[in-house]
Amino acid sequence: MKVEGKKAKIALAGNPNSGKTTVFNNLTGGRQHVGNWPGVTVEKKEGAFTYDGHEITAVDLPGIYSLTAYSLDERIARDFLLREKPDAVVVVIDASNLERNLYLVTQLLELGSNVILDLNMMDIVRNKRVEIDTGKLSAVLGISVIETVGHKGQGMEGLKEAIIGALGEKGDSFKIDYDQDIESEIETLQKAVTLPGYPSRWVAIKLLEGDAEILKRVIDKKADSLVLECQTRLERHLGYDLETALVERRYGFLSGLVKESIRKRFDLMERLDISDRIDRVLVNRFLGIPIFLGMMWLVFQLVFSFGGPLADGINAFMGWLGEGVSSGIRAVGGPQWLSSLLSDGIIGGVGSVLVFLPNIMLLFLAIAILEASGYMARAAFVMDRFMHALGLHGKSFIPMLLGFGCNIPGIMATRTLESNKDRILTILVNPLMSCSARLPIYILFAGAFFSRNQGLVIFSLYLLGIILAVVVARIFKGIFFKGEVAPLIMELPPYRLPTIKGVLIHMWERSSLFLRKAGTIIILGVVLIWFLASLPLGVAYASQGSLIGKFGSLFAPLLKPAGFGFWQAGVALLFGILAKEVVVGTLGTLYGVEEAGLISVIQNQFTSLSAYAFMVMALVYIPCIAAIATIKKETDWKWTGLAVGYSLVLGWGLAVLMYQIGALFMALR
Amino acid sequence: MMPLSVIRSGERVKIVEIRGGRGLIGRLADMGFYPGAEIEVISNRPGPLILNRGGVRLGIGYGMAHRILVSPIP
Repeated sequence: MKVEGKKAKIALAGNPNSGKTTVFNNLTGGRQHVGNWPGVTVEKKEGAFTYDGHEITAVDLPGIYSLTAYSLDERIARDFLLREKPDAVVVVIDASNLERNLYLVTQLLELGSNVILDLNMMDIVRNKRVEIDTGKLSAVLGISVIETVGHKGQGMEGLKEAIIGALGEKGDSFKIDYDQDIESEIETLQKAVTLPGYPSRWVAIKLLEGDAEILKRVIDKKADSLVLECQTRLERHLGYDLETALVERRYGFLSGLVKESIRKRFDLMERLDISDRIDRVLVNRFLGIPIFLGMMWLVFQLVFSFGGPLADGINAFMGWLGEGVSSGIRAVGGPQWLSSLLSDGIIGGVGSVLVFLPNIMLLFLAIAILEASGYMARAAFVMDRFMHALGLHGKSFIPMLLGFGCNIPGIMATRTLESNKDRILTILVNPLMSCSARLPIYILFAGAFFSRNQGLVIFSLYLLGIILAVVVARIFKGIFFKGEVAPLIMELPPYRLPTIKGVLIHMWERSSLFLRKAGTIIILGVVLIWFLASLPLGVAYASQGSLIGKFGSLFAPLLKPAGFGFWQAGVALLFGILAKEVVVGTLGTLYGVEEAGLISVIQNQFTSLSAYAFMVMALVYIPCIAAIATIKKETDWKWTGLAVGYSLVLGWGLAVLMYQIGALFMALR
Repeated sequence: MMPLSVIRSGERVKIVEIRGGRGLIGRLADMGFYPGAEIEVISNRPGPLILNRGGVRLGIGYGMAHRILVSPIP
């Protein structure tokens, strides 16, 4: 039966590294848009295509291993499949690892999803001289099976045809036989407990597995004790753990199926894979860490040597644009305030943010290449011991690295962490990774006071951030997250040559988070600054008499012990909360000088000691508003409050400590 | 029967039992590592281990390897 109305929604599911996103890109081409999943900031990718008169909307789910949710990504995928019930689910699997990938397929079939099986990466299978009997797979599982090669776009027509053909089907005929003991308990639960909208057999199996979420949703009060009763009875019969028993039955079925449908031309296991040979070197006990450090050095080298000239270009362009706009407004006799708002406020402010775009995009490009090639998983693996020593998890390392570009994608990348404790801890310390927005502050101050050791001073600030992250993580771990770090289980995908399209899409996804911030919060911020600096009417722009000046004077005494108790420093830091990018620009506005003149002005007001204290303060105090909003979305108000509170106290405390101790030494000398 | 942590690089073994809390058995099974499965230890050193099963490479912590009991394949 075909669906009437010819509109349908399908989902793409699959293990991580199965090439699912490539298949999604091939299916939907340019017709994609990115939104958010309800309630969380994890991105939801939707696309559309038309085939044979059918309008199909496709949703790309995060990669999952099973329908038991461990990480946030997995919970999202599972919730979508359970609650929104798409018309069909395309499961994209890495055909070279049939058995493990089919595990997810059987789980979806048990749920009653209308599944189409996409055997992806068939080129690897053929290269290994393996033949897969798709007819047999299709017959046993009762679903269509399509072969594709995602990165070459092969098999997409066949896949679309299979999707259309499957619409309106119902996939409820599939059953794994769990043996008599388990089957009889499944039957008992099936009769006693129901959950509307879900196959009763599936609910019964999940309850036996001890799935807490399903148990919570079964409102029946008797269910708890009945499930426990069934579980205990079964474990007594089986003589061992029920979870193991269920897993064994499923894999028993699967290994039989795989054995029957695969024909190998020669034994694979004996051949040492090329990935293994690379791994012998890259994750080697002695070479692993030096190679990792070398890679990171290359990444930052790439970012700064190519990023600098590009940033200069953007800077020059924005300057030219500002000039053009203000002289244009003057030429048509427009008011002075409008020209000032547009050129000083909006163009200047947004320009100061866009300047970071090359650096950020290059960093994310490098990270996307490392991820697509398979090295990033190894890096997390190599770093696991070190991260453990910090009380963090090997996987925390990628969010921290992203943080050097922009903390927002860094914070969002924590969603791959399985344990909520590890995730929150990683989020809390992420803002201590000095994001690229803070770099211009260091460049200005280090250039003005430490011109001979500028590089070293800037490096010391990055290092300080990392050291503080270590210390803070240890302390919070002891107070809030006692206990073990979740054990590391991580798949190491085979090394692959990254595809240009895939890498670019990935880079863009992360960079656009930063751009969105530039387009919203920062524009609002700079307009606000401009107003506060222009009011009350008649006051000189950004003078001490303006609202902004009064604000700053209010805070200045608090900053005195750190050596920079001037109202200008107070205002700059205050606006730095909107976005760290505006600190240097604000100082320029407040002192009424261009960037070149700024150096001599701050040389007059700061000493080298108070300049360093100011940089430390700028590094640590309060994440920017966009980062705070992201922390709130990913956690709750309590943790957000802590993130803001500890960083303010720590930043101020360190700046004061550094200044006072430094001053003491100076006095003694 | 012995813990996986003592198996040397290059050896092949069969998983007999996983002594994990609830969740660990399921998590490993999701990734293709279950009691009865034959696996190869690609590398074992102080720190995490790399395992191979049918082309799937899995990195696991040393502590966890203590809790996975295996038997050698003759």
